[in-house]
Amino acid sequence: MDSVTLKKLKEKFSDSIVDTHSFRGDETATVKKEKIVDICKFLRDDNELLYNFMMDITAVDYYGREPRFEVVYHLYSLKYNRRVRIKVPVPESDCTVDSIISVWIGADWFEREAYDLYGIIFKGHPNLKRILLYEGFEGHPLRKDYPVKGRQPLIGPKN
Amino acid sequence: MVINMGPSHPVTHGTVKFLVTLDGETIVDFYVEIGYLHRGFEKMCENSTWEQVFPYTDRLNYLSPIINNVGYALAVEKLIGIDTPERCKYIRVITSELSRMADHYTNIAASALELGALTAFLYFVEARELVWDLLESFCGARLTSNYIRIGGLKNDLPDGFKEDTKEVFKRCRELWVDVDKLLTKNRIFLDRMRDIGIMPPDEAIAWGFTGPCLRASGVAYDVRKANPYLVYDQMNFEIPIGEKGDNFDRYLVRMEELNQSMRIVEQALEELPSGPINVDIPEYRWQSKDDIYTKIESLIFHFKTVTGGIRVPPGEVYFPVEGANGELGFYLVSDGNGKPYKCRVRPPCFPLTAAMPRMVKGALIADIVPTFDMVHMIGGECDR
Amino acid sequence: MEEGGTGMGIINSQQSAVGSLQSGEEQVLGSSVLLTKLDEIIGWGRKYSFFLYPFVTACCGMEFMSLAGPRYDLDRFGSALPRFSPRQADLLFVVGTISHKQAPILVKIYNQMTEPKWVFSFGVCATSGGFYDNYATVQGIDTLIPVDVYVPGCPPRPEMVIDGLLKLQQKVAKEKWSDWPRGEAPVTQNQNLKIKI
Repeated sequence: MDSVTLKKLKEKFSDSIVDTHSFRGDETATVKKEKIVDICKFLRDDNELLYNFMMDITAVDYYGREPRFEVVYHLYSLKYNRRVRIKVPVPESDCTVDSIISVWIGADWFEREAYDLYGIIFKGHPNLKRILLYEGFEGHPLRKDYPVKGRQPLIGPKN
Repeated sequence: MVINMGPSHPVTHGTVKFLVTLDGETIVDFYVEIGYLHRGFEKMCENSTWEQVFPYTDRLNYLSPIINNVGYALAVEKLIGIDTPERCKYIRVITSELSRMADHYTNIAASALELGALTAFLYFVEARELVWDLLESFCGARLTSNYIRIGGLKNDLPDGFKEDTKEVFKRCRELWVDVDKLLTKNRIFLDRMRDIGIMPPDEAIAWGFTGPCLRASGVAYDVRKANPYLVYDQMNFEIPIGEKGDNFDRYLVRMEELNQSMRIVEQALEELPSGPINVDIPEYRWQSKDDIYTKIESLIFHFKTVTGGIRVPPGEVYFPVEGANGELGFYLVSDGNGKPYKCRVRPPCFPLTAAMPRMVKGALIADIVPTFDMVHMIGGECDR
Repeated sequence: MEEGGTGMGIINSQQSAVGSLQSGEEQVLGSSVLLTKLDEIIGWGRKYSFFLYPFVTACCGMEFMSLAGPRYDLDRFGSALPRFSPRQADLLFVVGTISHKQAPILVKIYNQMTEPKWVFSFGVCATSGGFYDNYATVQGIDTLIPVDVYVPGCPPRPEMVIDGLLKLQQKVAKEKWSDWPRGEAPVTQNQNLKIKI
C-alpha cells in the first residue's frame, strides 16, 4: 500500500518515476533526472504534502553498475511529520543534474559537497566550487576507484 | 576593505575562514570557507567494518560523542531490524542527555569567553568536568567514549551511579544559577546578543536549520518529540521555543535545555529497569565471556564478527536523532558485506554555517563573534 | 644528536654552520662559568614564561579548554596566557588533526613566530596522523615543522599534557644561546612547493 506521497507522485509524474518502494518504513522514489526541479517544487508546494525541509543531499557511487551514481535527496514535512527519499540515477558519461537551489536555498552547500567528493555537476548552481578539499585537489575522493590511502599533500612530503 | 578572519583564529574555533568585506565597521559582504578539518570520515567508514566505525563517529561532534554513537547504532539496528532490551534503551537515553549537557556547557562557556566573560567560562568548564567524570565512570574516557555497540552497550553502568549523578547535578544546578545570574540580565551581554543574527522562521526552514537555532526562531521541531526513538516518548520533558530568532534566544534555549536534560536523566534513573543490556543474537552482538568460553556457537559467531564484521542485510536506511546542534541523521547503504557501502552523516551545523552570511550582513564586525558562537559550528561535524 | 637540537637533518646542518661561525668564541668561552650560568638563567626564565599559541583544530581542543580551566590549571606552570598573534607567542601548541588544506597555514604561522620558539604536538593526530590514514590528513606535523615534544593520546588526558609541558621545560632549561636562530620551517626551504607560503 503506497503512502500519500508516493501515490500523488505517481499520479502527477507517472512517466518520470522509475521505481518506488518502502524499506523498514522509509519511503523511497527513484525518479529520472530531467524533472527533478519540478518534482521538488511539487513536493514543497502541494497542500497535502508540504515538504518544507530539505534535510540532506548526497550521492552514492555504485561502481560497476550503470548508471553509476545516484543523487539522494531526503525531505521532511513539518506539518504532516512525514519523510521521503528521492533518488536520481546519474550516469557517469553525463554526470550532471539540475540544481534545486531555486526550491530550497539550503541546497547550496550540500550540492557543492556532492560535486567536491563525487564529481557530479549541478547545472544552475551559482558557485560550484570545491568546499571540503583544497582548490587544486585532483580527483574526487569518495568515488570507489580513488584509494583511501592516496596521498595528495599540498605542501610537504608524500608519506 | 577585505579582512581575512583566517582559519587559525580563536573565534572561528580553528577551522573556518571568513572573508569579510567591510565598509568602515559594517559588513558589506561575507564569505565562509570550510573544509580545514576534512578528515575523510565517509571514506574511512567504507574501509572499516560496521563495528569499527564507532570511534570515527565519536569524533564527529566531539562535544557530545555518545549522541553520535547512538545515532549510528540506531541506524544500523533499523537496517538489520533488531530491537535492544529496555535497560539498554534507558541507559542510552541517560548517556545521550549527559553528552548533550556537556555540549551546551561548552557552547555557553566558549561564547562567554569570547565575549569577555571569563568567569562564566570557568564555572561552566567546571560543570563540564563534573559531567565528564560521570561519563568516565562508565566508559573510561572523558571525551571519545566509544560506548555504544550495535545491539547494546559496551558495559553496564557502574554501582553507585545514581548517587554520583545526584551529587553532580546538585553542583551543576548551583553553577547554572551562578552563570544565569552573571549573564542573563547582564547589560553588556544583552547588548551584544539581543537583535543580532536574526533569522525568521520560514527562512530558517528553507536553509535547513534544525536544533536550538531553529527552536529559537519559533519553530517547534525536535526529533525527540516528532519521531521519538529509544524511550523519549515515555519521558516527561518540554522543548523551549524562542520568539525572535536572535542570538539571545539561542542562548536562552540552550540554558533551558540544560535543565530539561537534567530532568530527563533523573526520570530515566528512577525508572531504569533491570535486565540484560545486549540483544541476545550472537550474529550481531557478542555474548558474555562465559558463553564464549563454553558454548561453541557463541565462539564461532564471536570469531566471525570480530574478524569479518557483522553481516548486515542489503538495503538503505536514514535515521535521525536529536543531536545537541540539531537533527543528526545517518544514511546507511549496505550491500550485504561486513563493511558499510556508504555511511553518510547529515551534519546539523552544515546548513547553519552556510546561513552565516544571511545572518551577519549589514551588522558590525563585532557581531560575527556572538553569531558564530551561537551557531556552534563544530569542525569535526561540519567538515567530517 | 646535539643536546637541545630537534634532530631534523636540515636543522642540524644549519646548526653546525652557525656553530662553525662562532667557533672562535665558543672554544674560548664556551664552557666557561660565565656563559653556562647565563644559559641557565635565560633557560629558567624562558621555561617558566611560555606564551602559548593554541593552534586548535579538533577534539583535542576540548582537552585544551579543560587544561585552561579551573581543575587542571596551566597557569601554575607559567603558561597561562594564550597569545593569539604569532609574533607575540613562543610555544606553538598544535592541537588536533592537521589536514592538507590546513597545512600551509600551520607552516605560515610557524614561520611568523619569532625565535626562540618551540612546538608541542598535542594528540596523536598531530603527532602521526592518528587513525586517519587517508587522502586528507597530514601524517604527522614533523613532516612540515620541527617538533620538540610529542604527546600521544586521543585525546590525551590533561595530566599527560602537563607531563609533556614539564618535559619541555626541562628541555628548554638545558638550551644554549648558540642554539638559536634556527631559521624557517624545513618544508619551506624545499622550494618545490605547489603553492607559495
